[in-house]
Amino acid sequence: MKVIDHNELFKGQDYLRQFETKKEFELPCTPEEVSSVSEYTKTADYMQKNFARTALTINPAKACQPIGAMLCACGFENTLNFVQGSQGCVAYFRSHLSRHFKEPVAAVSSSMTEDAAVFGGLNNLLEGLENAYNLYKPDMIAMSTTCMAEVIGDDLSAYIKQAKEKGCVPHYMMVPFAHTPSFVGSHITGYDNMLKGILSAVTPEKKPEKTGRINIIPGFETYTGNIREVKRLMSLMGQPCMVLADTSDSMDSPNTGQYRLYPGGTPLEEAKTAINAEATFSLQKYATVKTGEFIKEVWGQGFYALPMPVGIRKMDEFLDTISSLCGKPIPQEIDDERGSAVDAMIDSHPYIHGKRFAMVGDHDLLLGIMSFVIEMGGESIHVVCTNGDKSFEADAYQLLSSSPHGKNGKVYIAKDMWHLRSLMFNEPVDLLIGNSYAKFLWQDTSTPLIRVGFSAV
Amino acid sequence: MHITSDFLERDIVFGGDKKLEQLCREVKEMFPLAKGISVQSECPIGLIGDDIEAVSKKMTRELGIPVIPVGCEGFRGVSQSLGHHIANNSISDHVLGKKKHDKTTQYDVNLIGDYNIGGNAWASRKILEEMGLRVLTQWSGDATINELAIAPSAKLNVIHCYRSMNYICRYMEDNYSIPWVEYNFFGPTKTYQSMRKIAQFFDDRVKEKTEEVITDNKPSMDGVIEHYRQRLEGKTVMLYIGGLRPRHVIGAYEDLGMGGIAAGYEFGHNDDYKRTYPEMKEGAVIYDDATPYELEELTKRLRPDLVGAGVKEKYAYHKLGVAFRQMHSWDYLGPYHGFDGFAVFARDMDMTVNSPTWNLIRRRK
Repeated sequence: MKVIDHNELFKGQDYLRQFETKKEFELPCTPEEVSSVSEYTKTADYMQKNFARTALTINPAKACQPIGAMLCACGFENTLNFVQGSQGCVAYFRSHLSRHFKEPVAAVSSSMTEDAAVFGGLNNLLEGLENAYNLYKPDMIAMSTTCMAEVIGDDLSAYIKQAKEKGCVPHYMMVPFAHTPSFVGSHITGYDNMLKGILSAVTPEKKPEKTGRINIIPGFETYTGNIREVKRLMSLMGQPCMVLADTSDSMDSPNTGQYRLYPGGTPLEEAKTAINAEATFSLQKYATVKTGEFIKEVWGQGFYALPMPVGIRKMDEFLDTISSLCGKPIPQEIDDERGSAVDAMIDSHPYIHGKRFAMVGDHDLLLGIMSFVIEMGGESIHVVCTNGDKSFEADAYQLLSSSPHGKNGKVYIAKDMWHLRSLMFNEPVDLLIGNSYAKFLWQDTSTPLIRVGFSAV
Repeated sequence: MHITSDFLERDIVFGGDKKLEQLCREVKEMFPLAKGISVQSECPIGLIGDDIEAVSKKMTRELGIPVIPVGCEGFRGVSQSLGHHIANNSISDHVLGKKKHDKTTQYDVNLIGDYNIGGNAWASRKILEEMGLRVLTQWSGDATINELAIAPSAKLNVIHCYRSMNYICRYMEDNYSIPWVEYNFFGPTKTYQSMRKIAQFFDDRVKEKTEEVITDNKPSMDGVIEHYRQRLEGKTVMLYIGGLRPRHVIGAYEDLGMGGIAAGYEFGHNDDYKRTYPEMKEGAVIYDDATPYELEELTKRLRPDLVGAGVKEKYAYHKLGVAFRQMHSWDYLGPYHGFDGFAVFARDMDMTVNSPTWNLIRRRK
């Protein structure tokens, strides 16, 4: 049976007539007004006004702290995400993560309402913890906060202590926490805060002998395949490793006809030994700033913030650093794979060489993509990082200046996708790289979009 | 579009009222054709005591377009339902009745509580227009602010989502003496009933045209039922949705020979449940604001053939190997309303219930 759905249905004459008669009540702008303003938004004059905005943000390419904290905690075994604050936020985080990963994402909220606004969120936290523990039986509860709990000043450390004293959760229960106000930083800050919180909670004591393993922190990694690939490479090198916040199985679990609340994740018993590893390598420098300091200062362990291994050069840097520090040569098999990748890049370079790119996303991902584009002879013309800081700006310019293909590139921190829209109209590019929300730029400017980042659906 | 003041720590400390003023000016500059601005507040705004009402008032005067405050902080109320109520009130206060439509007829209605998911409102509007009615306002999917302003010029409000928009109907009843009637355009049986119910408010011309429209559409609707019913007969459905759907879609399933064995709301009130009981068969289970734990337990015991809920539930059901449809977003398809929507609804339920993929699962003990 032929069924016509929204893709074709509303192109039919009866609906076109309906839309036309509806205008009588809409009092719409005239087609002339619409087209003249539409053209105006493409001009240099408009771009100048656009860049002069001080209060208004339009289509920012960033999410907020708790969602990063949640993704981080999802990477630990039998760990329940508990968000102290109002419940709507948590529904949004779960939906957002689910849409990207196509996986169930569990989290509980202490569902704070008006009375918590007046009296504080202690009672919500106590009852919430007790319920969550009894109902969902986690081994660890990772607690983050929404704006609400932060504005009213809930003290998680003191509250959790009280919860244990009152027996809401057993005293031995690990309840790491992170204050994750959404009005500070972005999702990568939340990831960093939560990872630091979890590592502080699960690493009881340092032993004199090392485990011979290395720790690898993927960062706010939204491609589970990347984590599996890193583990595979380490295995090929014969380098034992433990991924801290390993979301590869929790965000991509097999269908066995069972719903498991806590699939995969870094085993907690093993995470306890992370402190005794040889060193820790982060694959996202900007998502592990505080965690790195913690590992260096509190653990007294070597911490290496490597670039996200995208493209040949960054991949070389990643493998070479680990190879030389761990004394493990890079095996022939990996070198062969490198050769295949280079071969593919040489074969396809004419498609990319000289092409102009606009890109928008998170710090570390952008640096990886820029590096790859440079390797292919492409030009990163507009690089927009809404949550970017001065340090990222410097890193990005340094990368651009390392190649003649980078000389036309400009980096925009704390700018949004509406700024990028002006840039793309005034200095057009051939290709756009960004998450799914960049589809509006694709629609407006007719620049083909390559979907990379979070969320990409 | 995502327009935000992107509150930062300094805004929390010093307050965001000045920023909001500047933001409104910049909105007007960036989008010169904007005919109004709505200002919706998140938790911090209410907690730090920013006055979006005062700023909105000031900017309405300065910019010459309505700037409408909606104080809908997330911590207010127990669910999103209060947000609907607050938004209804904001529209009553700031938009409704601000304009009049010059030419009115005795057949003017407002189509209320349809968010045009997958084009639902268009499929519904089509039916009302074919019945000889004139739809002034389509509320709020694909509506303009002018439509909302002229709404009191109508003779009747027809409301689909009672939960989210009964407030504005009651307001217009009290202040403009406009009667309102609930209807259900899911599935032909309910659609025919609803069309006749709406026609009762009008003269014989509308009643006759209504019968004509029903007669014209019945063969194709029977065709859809004939095709899909044999594939879906006897299958059971469990629902956990919001707004009106846990009760409104039951009839559409029954048209296909399926039966609703369980239904619940995320943010329903008592009056929603009162409207739900008559729709459900003896022995059906009804629940409110269910936790994932409760849903999983209910699923294991009731063993439905199909579950309809949202994206947060979707992938858990996929893991369980239970056929699942998103009944908020129609899994990005639709429309499901009206005659044009029923065929899409039937196709989608069939493709999911009868997908061969479910049989590929190798269950582990």
